[in-house]
Amino acid sequence: MGIQVNDISKRFNNDFVALHNVSLDIKSGELIALLGPSGSGKTTLLRIIAGLEFADSGTVILDGQELRTKNAKERNVGFVFQHYALFKHMTVFQNVAFGLSVRPKAQRPSDQEIRRKVMDLLELIHLEAYHDRYPSQLSGGQRQRVALARALAVEPKVLLLDEPFGALDAKVRKELRRWMRRLHDDIHITSIFVTHDQEEAMEVADRVVVMSNGCIEQVGTPEQVYHHPVNGFVYDFLGNYNEFDGWKDKDGAVHLAETEIVEIPEETIVQASTQTGWLGRYPEISHVVNKVVPGLLPEKIAPVIVKKKKTIRRPPDATAVKLFTRPHEIFVSKVLDGDEYVTARVTHINPASALVKLELERPGGAILQAEIPKTVVDELNIKRGDMLYIRPKATRVFE
Amino acid sequence: MNNMSSTPIAPPVKHRSPIAGPPWFRLVLITTSVLFIGMLIGLPVAAVFTEALRKGFDAYADSLQGEYAVAAIELTLIVAAIAVPFNLVFGIAASWAITKFEFAGKQLLITLIDLPFSVSPVISGLIYVLLFGANSALGEWLMAHDVQIVFAVPGLVIATIFVTFPFVARELIPLMQEQGTEEEEAAILLGATGWQLFFRVTLPNIKWALLYGVLLCNARAMGEFGAVSVVSGHIKGETNTIPLHVEILYNEYNFVAAFAVASILTLLALLTLLLKTLLESKFSSPTRKH
Repeated sequence: MGIQVNDISKRFNNDFVALHNVSLDIKSGELIALLGPSGSGKTTLLRIIAGLEFADSGTVILDGQELRTKNAKERNVGFVFQHYALFKHMTVFQNVAFGLSVRPKAQRPSDQEIRRKVMDLLELIHLEAYHDRYPSQLSGGQRQRVALARALAVEPKVLLLDEPFGALDAKVRKELRRWMRRLHDDIHITSIFVTHDQEEAMEVADRVVVMSNGCIEQVGTPEQVYHHPVNGFVYDFLGNYNEFDGWKDKDGAVHLAETEIVEIPEETIVQASTQTGWLGRYPEISHVVNKVVPGLLPEKIAPVIVKKKKTIRRPPDATAVKLFTRPHEIFVSKVLDGDEYVTARVTHINPASALVKLELERPGGAILQAEIPKTVVDELNIKRGDMLYIRPKATRVFE
Repeated sequence: MNNMSSTPIAPPVKHRSPIAGPPWFRLVLITTSVLFIGMLIGLPVAAVFTEALRKGFDAYADSLQGEYAVAAIELTLIVAAIAVPFNLVFGIAASWAITKFEFAGKQLLITLIDLPFSVSPVISGLIYVLLFGANSALGEWLMAHDVQIVFAVPGLVIATIFVTFPFVARELIPLMQEQGTEEEEAAILLGATGWQLFFRVTLPNIKWALLYGVLLCNARAMGEFGAVSVVSGHIKGETNTIPLHVEILYNEYNFVAAFAVASILTLLALLTLLLKTLLESKFSSPTRKH
């Protein structure tokens, strides 16, 4: 049961524009994330679809039916609130049964039927044993599962979730969203959930709708929005990034700005210990050998001469651009080769994952974030205070 | 201190709450409070019963069975029985409107609800006398249609409603504000009708506060003197409520009867207090069950 949102606009009484000509096409069975910072209009859009708010203009079509004339009670949508909104004075069972028990007599299932259905749902959320508990006796994650079961009990056409994991702690949040993803794979109900957490949107949704300031910036699969963002906002919102000054040549290739590039001098002598022969591999012995029998080792280590590569010069008519790159797209080195590099000093190292997070400061004071595999960090022996050569492996330009 | 080499064993320290202050300070505060409450509340309550029973229990029982005493008790109960349900409905309606809707003049309504607390009851009684009395246009019209409001039961009821209407609303507004509208929204989205919403979701959430508000309202409705005194006209056996009857008896130097009737009011007040205490402990229990 698809949802078509056509040209929805909404203004609140203090003239704050919550939504501005928003259109969105959601296919039946899709799991959509509305992603955006607070104030981007995502919750307002969700509440308009539910019938809890009303749009100033535009239409919402659910399952081929225009919703404008239907109030919230008649729309048959399931809604899950951030703070659960469970009925505090009812047991888990009564909460889940509520939607069925308030139906008019003619449409109300028998008590036995309600009981069977509710227990089935409680089994689905793994809380059968808690059917006679009160919400206050459950943990946050359990409460949200009850809220989900309550919404599903009336067999809604769509499921709308407003920051469903927002009030939970990090660990429970991860478990619950994985569980929700699996649940959706099982029951395939068209679902829209609002979140401001990009990781959550990426992990759970089939498609992500990125919103800001009441407008939709981009709609696409997690892969599309993350790797092919259409503008700076989407790129910015979906992850950390670094910014470099650069320019574009006539072939469309981008280069770092020359003022920032470290150029290799005409002749560089690279002293590598392997150049001293087999003894060089054992510095502690060679040190002693050198002292005892100085003649045995060459006084000077054989120099290796590296020819400087010519930096591509910026032609006067080239356009200056900003280059953006993700932290994991940063290449670090302690020696120069022919590529374009900038320098930066390591100011902080966070080694608490497989990708070590480096915080680097460039000579001008700009901060760079880099995520480098732990093995590389160990191999290069990167320490706080080290001066590193930095090169973006991939860059993006937004014009 | 002079034995640094061995491991010093700290003497057991009596921990005091950091805000408790020195012991003498606590003693002074507690004594003052107890004395104050004892003098102002404990003694008078004791005095009421001592005076009432001064001439023995029979005299006490007799004065309660007098024609006018019975009439006053009946009248008080009638007035309360009308005023309290009125304010129950009004209180819920006003709190609902204030906490669930946005509308122009909301702040004004909140202020007006508090008005009876800030206006002297005598003044409010006087306002009704002026409004419905024989000297006003409305009063003349009412007289012409043979409707008696002032110096009759309707006046007593109106004055009592006015004086007691903040109690329920004041109890409910903060609670309903804190609870927000999400549960109601959830219920509507699940298909509940307006009545189902109210009786199955809203009312259970506010029932303790509501009961508490009703108790306070009731206590005040039965005990109200000032406003009622102005509109009643003090007609024995007709427009005298318990507090007014007590005053009359007292002015007639009929102390035993005055205190006997007063003791009824005191007992009702104590009963209200007891119920309130019970409700409060129910209120604060961690898992509220029904």
